[in-house]
Amino acid sequence: MGRSSVRVLAAATITMTLTSTVCFPRQEIMKWNGWGYSDSKFLFNKKGQAEFTGKRYSILGMVLPSLQDWFENTFGASVNHKSPATPALNASAVPPASLNEAFVEDLKATGIPFSHEAEDRVFRAHGHCLHEIFALREGKKFERVPDMVVWPNCHNDVVKIVELACKHNVCLIPYGGGTSVTSALECPPEETRCIVSLDTSQMNRILWIDEKNLVAHVEAGIIGQDLERLLNESGYCTGHEPDSMEFSSLGGWVATRASGMKKNVYGNIEDLVIHIKVVTPRGVIEKSCQGPRMSTGPDIHHFILGSEGTLGVVTEVTMKIRPIPEYQKYGSVVFPNFEAGVACLREVAKQRCAPASIRLMDNEQFQFGHALKPQVSSIFTNFVEGLKKFYITKFKGFDPHQLVVATLLFEGDRERVLQHEKQVYDIAATFGGLAAGEDNGQRGYILTFVIAYLRDLGMDYYVVAESFETSVPWDRVLDLCRNVKERINRECKERGVQFQPLTSCRVTQTYDAGACVYFYFAFNYRGLADPVHTYERVEHAAREEILANGGSLSHHHGVGKLRKEWMKESISSLGVGMLQSVKDYVDPDNIFGNRNLL
Amino acid sequence: RELSSESNIYIYCFNILVFVTLQQRDPMLKRDGFEDILEERRNSSDLKYALRCYAPVLYKGVTPCKANMLKNIVLQSDQLHYVINQVSQESGEAPDIIQEEASVILEEMAHRLQISTVRFFAFALSKAFKTLFQHVCVNEEGIQRLQQAIQEHPVVLLPSHRSYMDFLLMSYILYTYDLALPVIAAGMDFMGMKFVGEMLRMSGAFFIRRSFGGDKLYWAVFSEYVKTMLRNGFAPIEFFLEGTRSRTCKSLTPKLGLLNIVIEPFFKGEVFDVNLVPVSISYERILEESLYARELLGVPKPKESTSGLLKARRILSEDYGSIHVYFGQPVSVRSLAQGKVNRSTYNLFPRHIPRKPMEETQSFVNDTAYRIVRLQEDNMVLKPWVLMASLLLQNLEGLELSVLTEQTVWLRGLALSYAAFLDWPDHAPTAKVVSSSLALHRGLACVSGGRVSLVVGEPLGPVTPEEALFNRAVSVLSCASYRNQVLHVFLRPAMLAVAMLHLSDEVYNCFSFLWDMFSNDFILCPGDIVQDFEEACYLLVKTGAVQMPQQDIVMTDIGQPTLSFFNGLLEPFLQGYQVVCRYLCEEASEGLTEKQYIPAVRSFYSVLCVFTGNLRCYEVLSSDMQKNALAALLRMDAVRKVKVADQVTLIVNKMAVNSIDDILGKNRMISHINQTQISPGLSLVAVAEDLYRDGLTPSYIR
Repeated sequence: MGRSSVRVLAAATITMTLTSTVCFPRQEIMKWNGWGYSDSKFLFNKKGQAEFTGKRYSILGMVLPSLQDWFENTFGASVNHKSPATPALNASAVPPASLNEAFVEDLKATGIPFSHEAEDRVFRAHGHCLHEIFALREGKKFERVPDMVVWPNCHNDVVKIVELACKHNVCLIPYGGGTSVTSALECPPEETRCIVSLDTSQMNRILWIDEKNLVAHVEAGIIGQDLERLLNESGYCTGHEPDSMEFSSLGGWVATRASGMKKNVYGNIEDLVIHIKVVTPRGVIEKSCQGPRMSTGPDIHHFILGSEGTLGVVTEVTMKIRPIPEYQKYGSVVFPNFEAGVACLREVAKQRCAPASIRLMDNEQFQFGHALKPQVSSIFTNFVEGLKKFYITKFKGFDPHQLVVATLLFEGDRERVLQHEKQVYDIAATFGGLAAGEDNGQRGYILTFVIAYLRDLGMDYYVVAESFETSVPWDRVLDLCRNVKERINRECKERGVQFQPLTSCRVTQTYDAGACVYFYFAFNYRGLADPVHTYERVEHAAREEILANGGSLSHHHGVGKLRKEWMKESISSLGVGMLQSVKDYVDPDNIFGNRNLL
Repeated sequence: RELSSESNIYIYCFNILVFVTLQQRDPMLKRDGFEDILEERRNSSDLKYALRCYAPVLYKGVTPCKANMLKNIVLQSDQLHYVINQVSQESGEAPDIIQEEASVILEEMAHRLQISTVRFFAFALSKAFKTLFQHVCVNEEGIQRLQQAIQEHPVVLLPSHRSYMDFLLMSYILYTYDLALPVIAAGMDFMGMKFVGEMLRMSGAFFIRRSFGGDKLYWAVFSEYVKTMLRNGFAPIEFFLEGTRSRTCKSLTPKLGLLNIVIEPFFKGEVFDVNLVPVSISYERILEESLYARELLGVPKPKESTSGLLKARRILSEDYGSIHVYFGQPVSVRSLAQGKVNRSTYNLFPRHIPRKPMEETQSFVNDTAYRIVRLQEDNMVLKPWVLMASLLLQNLEGLELSVLTEQTVWLRGLALSYAAFLDWPDHAPTAKVVSSSLALHRGLACVSGGRVSLVVGEPLGPVTPEEALFNRAVSVLSCASYRNQVLHVFLRPAMLAVAMLHLSDEVYNCFSFLWDMFSNDFILCPGDIVQDFEEACYLLVKTGAVQMPQQDIVMTDIGQPTLSFFNGLLEPFLQGYQVVCRYLCEEASEGLTEKQYIPAVRSFYSVLCVFTGNLRCYEVLSSDMQKNALAALLRMDAVRKVKVADQVTLIVNKMAVNSIDDILGKNRMISHINQTQISPGLSLVAVAEDLYRDGLTPSYIR
């Protein structure tokens, strides 16, 4: 399959809109109380069949006939029991802006655009944690939102803003794509200073491309899909594709130590960056050269990578680029059970032959993926599908309630892709894996992009959902997955959740010494007084279970404020002290006061 | 009696804690009812029963694992490979030779559970049980809980151990209720019985050597074998926390080895949880009754042999009353460990490399073991005879039947108010209950001329004073094995009673001295001393034996009989420990070895007894008490063990032993004075003091 047909991302329109407007109301094309674009959403039509609206995604306009059954059976929910969101933002629920007049005056003098409209401020007061979205949908009163929003246009604008913030003791919270799921964007309620949200969206240019060294120098506000699209125009890509790449920004990736789906070929963000420019209250941090590796004491990039907006604003990044691969091919393998699948991924990692992406979905996710199959029009396709199913379950004896599927994405020149493909399928075969076609593979990756939209659909029908992730050594993967699921089930029961929750996981990344595991967790909250609280307690318990089973606090989501309480346990109190002393040196007045991490 | 300021703080908390204690103990009162499983056996065909369809539900629907497959999993495990390589490097032996050794060990150890053998036992045991026992009662609610637990988590069955019957009985019950048959850790000594050993193996027993201290390979094979079964949930694992059959019918201090093994997979995250199910097996009459008494007195235990077992057929003609088997509430290791053990400390070490458990874990496992044994104790069913035996032992010269009856009724009331699990026949007149108990235990007590007294075996021909003493001791120890069954109910208030009747020291200090002293003889959870004191106070207050106006503990008039009874209950232990102290102070030679200790104490006492003629502390002749007393003295640093060559020598700190003896002695004097009514036994100290007054030193006696 050629690469032209595989792009499932929405066509980019944000950049276009923004560069032509003075004020920057992202909320015009994006939902104010849910995921993604306003025109893209799932709904159950009058016939009770699920549909995805809008023209941005490849499953657009298709009818998904099995989704309703799956939804109702999995959650005990019903399309007749709706829990609709409040239709529009109630301005009275937003606390009035408390402005630092002197700061505003000085800022006006710089000519940098800003706003203190309620909608602008609320839009930048949250990420996409369940409790944040739930509160928006319910129309709850906000405790604390930014008092104003500024839109710097370049590095120098940021320098000016930070200088003024220091001068007037104003709290700055950098805002990139707004896709945080760690409460990182939440304003600390105890913050009494004026809070200014520093929106980097206007710093979205590729400043230069250096084809000799294969690096590009890019402003940090650029959104993932724009970066890829613009580079593609020159025949390059970064290959950095986190699941949020439609909306997340380069600066955000650096600030959270992001990881992309194709890291096996291109590396994670820390492998991709060559040079970072950060504006801090003490001034600008950057290295003096672009040497590919240095032995100059601890790498200062690593103070910045994962600093979660506590030290300063990332303004410009030099990152590696690669020529666009000649050929791309999806694939999938079914395994009789999760154990066999994990064993296969481990072997693939051992032989260091992982394709650009290899992911193993458990049985629950496999069934979920099936529920998203569009209606097939031809009788022939129907027949072939039936035959395939018969072959796997009856002939090969796979239990449909046990089997799991690995999705694969290969990249490179055609010949090598085919060779690579054969190698991986051969390994899979030794673990009882059967090749299951490109379509299944591709659908697996579509799921990644639409799942966030599906959460909004769930919330329309009393279902709350969230995802969380960890990284864990290979030998503990199975134990961790089993124990965390069991813990979730048990906690839900103990906390009075009336319906069996959905707990599902997938292994999304492989490393030499371990894997990244991603969990989905959802339940029907009918009958619960405070579903968000219940949800949070369960997630808390799940995280404790992860840590007790040798998993990390986070593989790529970060810590934010959601997981701060475990930092000491995770990196020792001495480690926290080291980070704290860096913070104290770089930002003694806590100008970057989002209180993430520490 | 005034309490010091130190104790005041305690008293302050007391009122609050009484309530807590009350809450803690009360749920245990809600006990399940019993069903007699023999009833159906008496009314339907045993053969049909043995051949019926047996299809138990397993853990999360796993398919049962064939014994051979299990062995292969163990032999191929990373855990075992690691140790094989390690041993190979240390010994210079090739790994495949060590691997072969491991395979031989496993062969010797592994069970070969076969349903046909189980069916054979189901048939044979049905016949045997119907002959031996009136009833075999099981709490069916417990069975239901167990069935649920087996499906959800790996289950470890932890029965009490009083008889060889225990594990056959357990498997029999599980077969009866269509539950997954357990694999049972059994001592290697059973393997001596060739045919029977193999039969047991085929009914689910696996055999472990009694001691394999430094043998890394053995330990690795053994622990991996057990863990493999547990992790995969192939079958419930059953073993005896007490390690061996209790010859005294008191619960034994739990052994931790196997418990450590079954708990570790939880800490390592290999299983979500492990459920520990305490099972209390109470026998109205123990098959091994007089055998145990003889064993305790130093007649070596007969080696397990098939022919010996056949000889034991004699016992088939006797009536052994009923058995009660109570399956306790499954205890979740996960819930127990919550907040006590940080599992993430296991994250930094490869899980397949064997490691000594961390201190935190060790104390958790120890605590858990004690907790489980106490749960076993709580659900032990007590028969009226147990109460009667307690009274008879305080009146060795005999009691009027009417007095015994009256006091038994009184004691019943006391036991019930202390939450004893008493199986008292409904609607039967007390006299009838007493007489039928006496009938069942006619080998131990008899009624003549309206007086009840212990039966002493009369050997043919003339007897030496030593033989007479020995015979008397057999009957006292046999009887004591029944009294011992009720001790856990009365222990804490009884220690408090003894402490209160002690003049010179503070009550709490005295209580804690006794608590410490007796912690080998009884199940006293380490660190629970304050809690136990509270419980004791609470119980004594509850029955009106003491009052606690403000900060005092005051004996009441109506409390006198209770306190005296309690004092008499512990009397044999106080006396016994004191004899040991006396021996160590006055008689023990310089190079006393550990091996010589028991026979030496025995002969010291015999001589003392033969000379004075009226000592009544027969229980000190029991090796169990002697060992426990020594262990207490070792713990209190009054005695030290020194290894010289391959002999272990005991070094006695006479000053320390003397002062312990002093404390016990004062106790004894007091109890003697206060106790004349119920137990007019002469105190050893008094006798000994008489002896000294007459200028008879112990060495002269010898």
